[in-house]
Amino acid sequence: MEPGEPIIRVENLTAGYDGRTILENLNFEVRRGEVFVILGGSGCGKSTLLKHMIGLYEVMSGRVWIQGHDIVTAEGPERDAILRTFGVMYQSGALFGSMTLLENVRLPMEAFTNLDMEQMDLLARMKLSLVGLVQFTGHLPNEISGGMQKRAAIARAMALDPQILFLDEPSAGLDPITSAELDALIRRLADNLGVTFVIVTHELASIYAIADRVIMLDKRVKGIIAEGDPRRLRDESTDPYVRQFFHREAELAGAPA
Amino acid sequence: MSGAALAVSDAPDGRLVLALSGRLVADTIPAIWRDALAAVRGAVRRPVVVDAAGVDYCDGAGIALIVDLLRQPREAPVEVANLAPAYAALLRQYDPHNLEHDLDPEPPRRPAIEEIGRTTATVLRDLRTQVEFLGQATAALADAIRHPSTIRWRDVWVVCERVGADALPIVGLIAFLFGLILSFQSAIPMKQYGAEVFVADLIGLGMVREMGALLTAILLAGRSGAAFAAEIGTMRVNQEIDALTTMGLDPVRFLVTTRVIAALMMTPLLTLFAMLIGMLGGAFTMLSFGIPFVTFAKEVDSAVNFTDFMSGWVKSFVFAVAIAGIGCLRGLQTSAGASAVGDSATRAVVSGLVLIVIIDGVFAVLYFYLNI
Repeated sequence: MEPGEPIIRVENLTAGYDGRTILENLNFEVRRGEVFVILGGSGCGKSTLLKHMIGLYEVMSGRVWIQGHDIVTAEGPERDAILRTFGVMYQSGALFGSMTLLENVRLPMEAFTNLDMEQMDLLARMKLSLVGLVQFTGHLPNEISGGMQKRAAIARAMALDPQILFLDEPSAGLDPITSAELDALIRRLADNLGVTFVIVTHELASIYAIADRVIMLDKRVKGIIAEGDPRRLRDESTDPYVRQFFHREAELAGAPA
Repeated sequence: MSGAALAVSDAPDGRLVLALSGRLVADTIPAIWRDALAAVRGAVRRPVVVDAAGVDYCDGAGIALIVDLLRQPREAPVEVANLAPAYAALLRQYDPHNLEHDLDPEPPRRPAIEEIGRTTATVLRDLRTQVEFLGQATAALADAIRHPSTIRWRDVWVVCERVGADALPIVGLIAFLFGLILSFQSAIPMKQYGAEVFVADLIGLGMVREMGALLTAILLAGRSGAAFAAEIGTMRVNQEIDALTTMGLDPVRFLVTTRVIAALMMTPLLTLFAMLIGMLGGAFTMLSFGIPFVTFAKEVDSAVNFTDFMSGWVKSFVFAVAIAGIGCLRGLQTSAGASAVGDSATRAVVSGLVLIVIIDGVFAVLYFYLNI
């Protein structure tokens, strides 16, 4: 359980849908306690990679080790045990529409802990207060805005204090203030609790604020074109696409930087 | 270290000391949480110190335990001592006294009489919407027929396949079974009078005048009415309907016309099929009663005339428009939420069945006065 040891290891991962390959032969590691960001342009397979890392889809070939267990081949109780070690926030929030926010956050606690109802309620309220939604615990998801739904989904992903959190575009659709608060929260959880984050995003401000390490995907190579500290990539990378991305340049030659 | 422990003791200065130790996580703390809470509640006037010196690890659940102790209403303070800086930072994120501050989302309970009034108003408004929509759809349909090039024929053929060709097996199955059972059940008593040959008249007239169209319409409501409502309802939820409207495309014209036209083309054909298969089912049963196909066919031929056939077949056109229309309407009316699309599909089927009954009743009265 040393910080810095690999907590997730992706080995020779090839993934895609309906026989169409999107990612080819990916290899990388995520270390315990770091905020790991997956970057790339639209359609490069960021979300695909995330969905294969959490075992939602079957890989074409390769392995994904989470804390030493291969989620690709695991079945039954072993797979359930792996699933319990991480929380996921989906791009659209994916809250259960028939439950209030409090019930949404409490659901995993009801299923997997033996806390009393009042204890779970308090814990759920605390999770919701972390994302600034303590006043809305009794609301249904469709009674609050899209950004708020997203925050509630993060609260639900954190319900069981997982060691790994997967977030699919957490700050998309949030206002700058909320987005900054969310960044601070991610940093705090990583620094104080040693939670490992795997985040898909392309908000540059957010990346500089939270990321320890990034990988950048590109659809032309169907894989990783850059890996490392985001500031160093910005300043030192020689790959034209990476430079464009970090300097927000348009694809047209001669466009203003 | 896998457990968590609580030790309650009295400090020399009169304060109550709750010493927490071990690993404070959701799996380990329910029991000590209850004990600690009881201790704090039992000492309302004494200052309490929560000593966290022995805590090895503490996640959100452990922090929740401490927050719960801090937020208890009391006269003397509760303070936390010796909590490791990393966990203290987590604790500082929360304001223990501001966790119950809900905005009120609960709708007020209304008296029964108000509920009845509201429901009545809703039903009347819905009836009005249906009439309005019928007008809108008819206008759109008439317009489409006058300008056939504006119809999206590719969509029409796709819907035709799903409404028509794909429905053949189930329509055939139900109609065949219906003819089989009806003729069998009526042949047994008729046989006592030696009149089993007239079962052919019964099946022929029954299928052609009434049951062929009715069976097909009910199956159409269950298959396609629900499908239209779910499809259009999902489009509503995904804001596709809003997108059409803001592009200046009328959703009724764009989505409803194609479906109504497809249903209008397919339902009469399905009805013909149902009539035929139903009679075939009857003929099969009669074989076992010693009446050959030829006799059955001759008997049907002499009992059923063209007017009988038309009186039943005409209905299928009206059923088609009503069921496809109501399915689309329910889809367009879909509200927000996960169960909304399901509700729309249910409402489409129920409204479709109600409409079938009403339309069939109107036709019955009409035929009675027209002596058909």
